[in-house]
Amino acid sequence: MTHLTLLDQAVFVLAAVVLFTCFALLTQARLVATLRTFAWQGGLVAAVTALMAAAHREPHLYVTAALTLVLKAGVIPWMLHRWVRRLGLDRHVESLASPPAVTLAGVGLVIFCYWVVLPIERMELTATRNVIAVSLAVVVLGLLMMVTRRQAVSQVVGFMAMENGLFLAAVTATSGMPLVVELGVAFDILVAAVLFGVFFLQIRDAIDSLDVDRLNRLAEGMEQE
Amino acid sequence: MDHLLSVWAWSLAVLQALLVLAAAPLLVGWVRRVKARLQNRKGPPLTQPYRELAKLLTKEALVAHTASPVFRAAPYIVFGATWIATATLPSLATGLPSAAVADVVVLAGFLALARFFLALAGLDVGTAFGGMGSSREMMISALAEPAMLTAVFTITMTAHTTNLSGVMEQLLGAPLALRPSILFALGALALVAIAETGRIPIDNPATHLELTMIHEAMILEYSGRHLALMEWAAQLKLLLYGTLIANVFFPWGVATVLKPSALAFAALALAGKLAVLGVLLALAETTLAKMRLFRAPLFLNLAFLLALLGMFSHVILEVGA
Repeated sequence: MTHLTLLDQAVFVLAAVVLFTCFALLTQARLVATLRTFAWQGGLVAAVTALMAAAHREPHLYVTAALTLVLKAGVIPWMLHRWVRRLGLDRHVESLASPPAVTLAGVGLVIFCYWVVLPIERMELTATRNVIAVSLAVVVLGLLMMVTRRQAVSQVVGFMAMENGLFLAAVTATSGMPLVVELGVAFDILVAAVLFGVFFLQIRDAIDSLDVDRLNRLAEGMEQE
Repeated sequence: MDHLLSVWAWSLAVLQALLVLAAAPLLVGWVRRVKARLQNRKGPPLTQPYRELAKLLTKEALVAHTASPVFRAAPYIVFGATWIATATLPSLATGLPSAAVADVVVLAGFLALARFFLALAGLDVGTAFGGMGSSREMMISALAEPAMLTAVFTITMTAHTTNLSGVMEQLLGAPLALRPSILFALGALALVAIAETGRIPIDNPATHLELTMIHEAMILEYSGRHLALMEWAAQLKLLLYGTLIANVFFPWGVATVLKPSALAFAALALAGKLAVLGVLLALAETTLAKMRLFRAPLFLNLAFLLALLGMFSHVILEVGA
């Protein structure tokens, strides 16, 4: 640990905090607070990117960091927040099924991710290759969030958190993808956020709620008729 | 020479034990004072806890006629166990002869012993409040203890020893490193300390409101010197957690050689660190509201999660890096 530079150690600290924000997302019942936590996560990922740029002298990563900060800590949470306000869900509190159980499941998944990633970490990659396990855990925890939530907006946040995890892996293990790819992915995410907004409206118009479970029930009801 | 040195070291250990005993009420007085100032009150003087203890020690100890010997013995056991735990914790210097006992597992054992007798004493007289307080205390501690042990084990994994004196020497000797595991362990231990010492948002040390009290409910039947010992033990426990956080996570200033100048500097450093922690505690208590009792598991769940994440980040990020 001590042979690494302070910047690399700071990357580790921030990566661990990103993992913590994932657990915060998993157990956060208030929609607006979920979006705020998601914005923090985006900001932390941007900070990791900037630190990697400084530590490994990769100037193009600064562009990526700025892009991440603007999109993931600014525009996307803001857009989602606007949708939430427009749909009148500001004060919505989701009823979570047993947060301690979900947390424990998350802890189990983190251990699993560590075990899966062990062979990769033995390969000669950058000094911060240990973050790969954390990144995979962020992806899997985002997936867990999509599975455990019933609210369409929080499922979208889970999806975006998965993307954060992939991005973290790319930045810390291989010092970033080519800038063209990153730009493409960033705009994909932006377009996805816009499309999700349209979907929110469609779902709401169809079933008068954003509770995704009711999509199943409606279909069963129609079959019975 | 060796003989003289050990006499000097032992007398220092005894001095440290007496010092923590004398300093514990001062820390509580300081927290109360800062809290009063934050709430625009003048607040009692810093020496108020001493006066309260002196008053209680001179008063007659009344014991309910239903009380068993456990009730009479409990204050001495609680006080003794907490005092030994606080006194052996390296607060001024590492490598004192008493530090051989300052093992995290032993420390947790002493605290558990004190808690066990405190809960027994609450149940002993058979009043409703005592039983309620004991059951609540047991619920909180059953959730807090795993979090505390996981947090402390995270640190001991970094230092490769469970002896706190060894941990401090290891951390002082190593070059400065940012370790996510220690950051998380600090967060977890701070939350556990708040829960275990009965501060807001888990318990309110300043009220006897029957619906919410935990610690006060258990010692409701005590009076006189028994009550004084119980109060003193609670103050020692606050000092113990304060010193643990101050010296394990910020060990700078702790004397590694037993020279008078180094020890004086260590005492000043510790006083400074505890004063800052006291201000932070008072700030937290002023800005937070007390939680409903049934939300306490969520609070401690967070502490346990932080401790677990600390352990994971040690294993995942720091080993082999």
